[in-house]
Amino acid sequence: MATETSGQSVPLRVESSGAETLLMLAGRLDDAAVASCWSKAVGAARTAQDGVRVDCAKVDFCGGAGFALLMALEETLHERRKSFAVEGLPQRFRAMYEQIDRKKLEQPEVPQREEFGLVTSVGEAVVGRVDEWRGEAEFVGEVTAGLARLGHEPRRLRLREWWVIVEKAGTNALPIVALISFLMGMIMAFQAAMPMRQFGVDIFVVNLVALAITRELGPLMTAIVLAGRSGSAFAAEIGTMKVNEEVAALTTMGLSPVRFLAVPRVLAGIVVTPVLTIYSMVIGVAGGLFVMMMLGFPLATLLHQLSGSLKIDDVLAGLIKSFFFGAVVAGVGCMRGLQTGAGAAAVGDSTTRSVVTGIFLIVLLDAVFAVVYYQLKF
Amino acid sequence: MNDEKIIGVRGLTAGYAGRVILRDLSFDVRRGEIFIILGGSGSGKSTLLKNMIGLYPAMVGEVLICGEDIVGASGENRERILRQFGVMYQGGALFGSMTLAENVALPLEECTRLPREARVLLARLKLQQVGLGEFADYLPSETSGGMVKRAAVARAMALDPGILFLDEPSAGLDPITSAGLDELIRVLSRDYGITFVIASHELASVYAIGDRAILLEGGCIAAEGKPMQLRDDPPNDYVRAFFRREPERAHAT
Ligand SMILES: Nc1ncnc2c1ncn2[C@@H]1O[C@H](COP(=O)(O)OP(=O)(O)OP(=O)(O)O)[C@@H](O)[C@H]1O
Ligand SMILES: [Mg+2]
Repeated sequence: MATETSGQSVPLRVESSGAETLLMLAGRLDDAAVASCWSKAVGAARTAQDGVRVDCAKVDFCGGAGFALLMALEETLHERRKSFAVEGLPQRFRAMYEQIDRKKLEQPEVPQREEFGLVTSVGEAVVGRVDEWRGEAEFVGEVTAGLARLGHEPRRLRLREWWVIVEKAGTNALPIVALISFLMGMIMAFQAAMPMRQFGVDIFVVNLVALAITRELGPLMTAIVLAGRSGSAFAAEIGTMKVNEEVAALTTMGLSPVRFLAVPRVLAGIVVTPVLTIYSMVIGVAGGLFVMMMLGFPLATLLHQLSGSLKIDDVLAGLIKSFFFGAVVAGVGCMRGLQTGAGAAAVGDSTTRSVVTGIFLIVLLDAVFAVVYYQLKF
Repeated sequence: MNDEKIIGVRGLTAGYAGRVILRDLSFDVRRGEIFIILGGSGSGKSTLLKNMIGLYPAMVGEVLICGEDIVGASGENRERILRQFGVMYQGGALFGSMTLAENVALPLEECTRLPREARVLLARLKLQQVGLGEFADYLPSETSGGMVKRAAVARAMALDPGILFLDEPSAGLDPITSAGLDELIRVLSRDYGITFVIASHELASVYAIGDRAILLEGGCIAAEGKPMQLRDDPPNDYVRAFFRREPERAHAT
């Protein structure tokens, strides 16, 4: 039907007889035909001295585009307070044409938002933000309570599903964590070795790498990888469930979405992150040693230096942080997921927010730990 | 209505990932008729519809639209076949980030050279035809399930296609809105000669509009004919149970 174009025949002819303008439409008024004559027809209506008559007697098909053209002509002339008439429209299109409700087409009623003053808007923004914080605080409380309850009744954990989360967040992250840690160790050793060689102390690069990797870079890089891989995945997964009303379904079944969705994921984060962190530390240090070997140090010397410089305190300091990092990254992912609004775009938004908030909180937390460790002389 | 065959399904076997849902179906749809695919929930109505529009390739057999196989077609040829029909998916499949009017205007924007002004008017017209004139500027997430459905019908009609595939257009609509939609379908079929292929199990609406129907059961066509006739003179027990709304007996074969 509409696919056959109207051929070469011109669908529109304009004739001015005296003051009145006659538009003669003919053939198939499908979208291609209407597109080709739209501006000419509307232009004629705009400039017509007096009324316009449209002769449709030769129209043998009038699609939606044809009706749109007739409506546009009618509207134009109505605005100019000139007469307008459609003649000879074949009976079978007539019914559809007459059913069109002119009023509703003219002015789309945009639902007006009420305008508020500055004070009200600021107040609203503050209240909204405070509400959000309260929601977030509640979330933290509920997750903590849920974790505590799991401690009492470990059977409540749905082990099979939990294990899938652990595999995805942990096992599957091994290659990327290894790659990043090894490169970090290498880069650091390489950058430090050159200046330190000038003073003849390049063997101490081992101390530097061991300290930096165990205290800072191991936990930090692992947490950032986790935020990018798993925090975002949690947010997208839960956000999609929210959009599909699966979260609402949980609520109506009497299950708390936080307990059901967030707690297992946060627990997975807490379990997985320290393990990944240790792994990252080992590989990071190995990366450093690798560069040192390239620079000509024998492995035995390096290992001896390492055993002298690696302190259990440093490793512990890094590990303790990593527990918190894991909880924060997983928690933020779940929270952003649960905060998702409506529509597919909202899922994307909460995924972005989960990564941004996650990384920000990791860095913030790291700073707090630095101060606390310093005060405790740890 | 004439006897010209506009869609031909030949020995179609289809399903998902090795699971066969439809077995060796053959039937024709004639130009201008309202063709109903009946069947219980999960009987494969949507699957059949998706195979007819070439969304999935058939495992065996073929579907011809105006004599052409859409699965095998490519490039311009495929585009030409695609423009012959409009589809309304069971869930509406409206784009969530666009208003109803923008949803309807999207195919116009992409496939025609109509000026913006014309597209806006046309989108509103189509929405009005399905009774959503006032909701043109709403987002899908701000409307009800039945409204999404009707907007999806409007979008399927946007390009004035010759064939409309509708997956359960009246499921979940109130009787008045549903009757309005039936009326629209009848008018379009009568005045414009549009062919409809409708998956449905709303019997009231099927009687009102259906010219011909097939009933799917166990992946096969259990019956074929005029809906009223099938009801009054069922060829077998399943058909009788379906039209009389009897619960399936535990030992039915
Ligand atoms: N994407 C899919 N992958 C695998 N199986 C599917 C898929 N979609 C549907 N199915 C299966 O195909 C069968 C038929 O589904 P279909 O959606 O065609 O049913 P229907 O007749 O449209 O049902 P309803 O009336 O509920 O819409 C079902 O058994 C379903 O499990
Ligand atoms: Mg279906």
